[in-house]
Amino acid sequence: MGLTVPYVTSYLSEHFADDAYATLDGYRARGGYEAAQQALRTSPEDLIELVKESGLQGRGGAGFSTGLKWSFMPTDGGKPKYLVCNADESEPGSFKDRILLERAPHKVLEGILIGAWATGSEKTFIYVRGEYAFPARQLQRAVDEAYAAGILGAKVLGSDFAHDVVIMRGAGAYICGEETGLLESLEGRKGQPRKKPPFPAQYGAFGMPSTVNNVETFCHVPHIVANGSEWFRGFGTEKSPGTTIFGVSGHVVRPGLYELPLGTPLEEIVFEHAQGVPNGRTVKGVIPGGMSMPILPASQLDVPMANEHLRERKTMLGTGGVMVMDETTCMVRAGCVITYFFRDESCGQCTQCREGTGWLHKIMERIERGAGTPDDLDILLDVAGKMEGQTICAFADAAAWPVQGLMRHFREDFEEHVRQRKCPFPESFEL
Amino acid sequence: MVISEDTRAAIEREIGKYPQRRGALLPALHLVQQEHGFVSPDSMRELAGIFELLPVEVMEVVHFYNMFHDRPRGRHQVHVCTNLPCSLRGARGLMRQLESHLGIHAGETTADGRISLGHEECLGACAYAPMLRIGETYHENLDAEQAKRLLDGLE
Ligand SMILES: Cc1cc2nc3c(=O)[nH]c(=O)nc-3n(C[C@H](O)[C@H](O)[C@H](O)COP(=O)(O)O)c2cc1C
Ligand code: SF4
Ligand code: FES
Repeated sequence: MGLTVPYVTSYLSEHFADDAYATLDGYRARGGYEAAQQALRTSPEDLIELVKESGLQGRGGAGFSTGLKWSFMPTDGGKPKYLVCNADESEPGSFKDRILLERAPHKVLEGILIGAWATGSEKTFIYVRGEYAFPARQLQRAVDEAYAAGILGAKVLGSDFAHDVVIMRGAGAYICGEETGLLESLEGRKGQPRKKPPFPAQYGAFGMPSTVNNVETFCHVPHIVANGSEWFRGFGTEKSPGTTIFGVSGHVVRPGLYELPLGTPLEEIVFEHAQGVPNGRTVKGVIPGGMSMPILPASQLDVPMANEHLRERKTMLGTGGVMVMDETTCMVRAGCVITYFFRDESCGQCTQCREGTGWLHKIMERIERGAGTPDDLDILLDVAGKMEGQTICAFADAAAWPVQGLMRHFREDFEEHVRQRKCPFPESFEL
Repeated sequence: MVISEDTRAAIEREIGKYPQRRGALLPALHLVQQEHGFVSPDSMRELAGIFELLPVEVMEVVHFYNMFHDRPRGRHQVHVCTNLPCSLRGARGLMRQLESHLGIHAGETTADGRISLGHEECLGACAYAPMLRIGETYHENLDAEQAKRLLDGLE
């Protein structure tokens, strides 16, 4: 049930080995909610300024400046405002939010409280993916404890600020992680993303100004308030400050979670921390940031894990889900699994996405079966190209990018399938 | 009425948490499914009444989400994750072994109604693969023998 704690910890996860940290008493014994006390004595403007200065970027995948996002919330006091915590974590290869909810639910709540005060929000909806039953129970217990102790409710920590938290469970749809799909789901509808603009800060949950942030994003905030933006900038790179919790999976000796500064070289994560590939094999490719992000070949693992560097290699940090594939791996099979997922999860509103994801999967399967033609390779790239930047939400890009990445670095695998009319990787993982 | 008084009361409590009644539709569907094991056309009609919606609007929502079912299933829902990180560590082989152990294909239910087997997309347990979910509980770092024993132990 409960996960093992990260193998390498820093400020986010240092107390995760202690079961009591998930309880209010245990959290308070480690200084919990002191940052929220401090925040309530600070003006919302100064808090937003602090978070901007810290350079904190959202950890949900897009990497947008958190302070800037908070500053988009209207301050005229006309309508109720809401905060939304995105705990839908379903990007394949990602499992950091799960452990934050399980081991540190009060840290999530403290970050939320600070965000709520800074943005003037009266209520937070925490949207937890439906399959996360145990994390949702941990979180609900923490919410109940916080209400009983006067940390949530009419007088937050004895102040005049009122804040409520509602936990809602999703029901198994990847697209509800996209922030406007999430908002639709929160309103009791199909999770089909909305056209933007208007952005959530104008028209969000139930039509009210709202801000959506990821679980991990909120967890950094109490540390920034307690220690200052300079301290935070002491971790990571100039452009990408702080740590993140990398989730390492696939062909490594020690898969698991590692909290490391942004900018840590990918090869350090794979070879030192996760202890490299088992059975004396070598790495073939690594997906650096969850399944939506393009793969990197073994020759590019020197890249520092921060967006400004990953972008130069035509990929991104995403959710920090690192998937390692050894030399036996058939990249066309990997492509089949990836494209099946996106075909299955497209919400179907946009033609390019609904049809494109189907085509990508169909062609991948054909090539894997040995029935592909040389033209199929170009058709794959053509379809992927037509899906990019054309749709209501970024899902279609997320479906196109990994295919483009595979073709960029492993085109030979595809060509061999076509030439030999069968899969040339008999030792690859089973499909 | 197919939805019990207790569940109706719980649904009303959920409704109180949202600025609009409809916000509580997913929580209500979870509650109904908890009570009956699935969401029947009758309960969809009753939910439509509670939420002031058309039955078809409720049905659309039920069908959009993988976790809601409109017909009865096995007593135990067993889901094997077959997404990429799990597949890299042998999830598809595990699935094949469980299929032959139970004598059914993924997506089917055993004849005695004991187990429904399905594959599932990433469940956030990628480092602990292969894994499966029985109902709400995760079982991680499995080999085929352990997984078969788990299934054999289900009533
Ligand atoms: C297809 C798709 C799926 C997404 N899934 C998630 C998710 O599961 N969790 C998450 O926090 N953000 C997810 N996002 C990003 C959100 O849209 C949003 O940018 C994020 O929650 C904002 O929080 P942040 O600024 O704190 O990162 C997804 C985006 C897309 C396009
Ligand atoms: S891009 Fe795909 S997932 Fe996003 S709104 Fe369009 S059809 Fe739906
Ligand atoms: S891929 Fe199976 S849990 Fe993530």
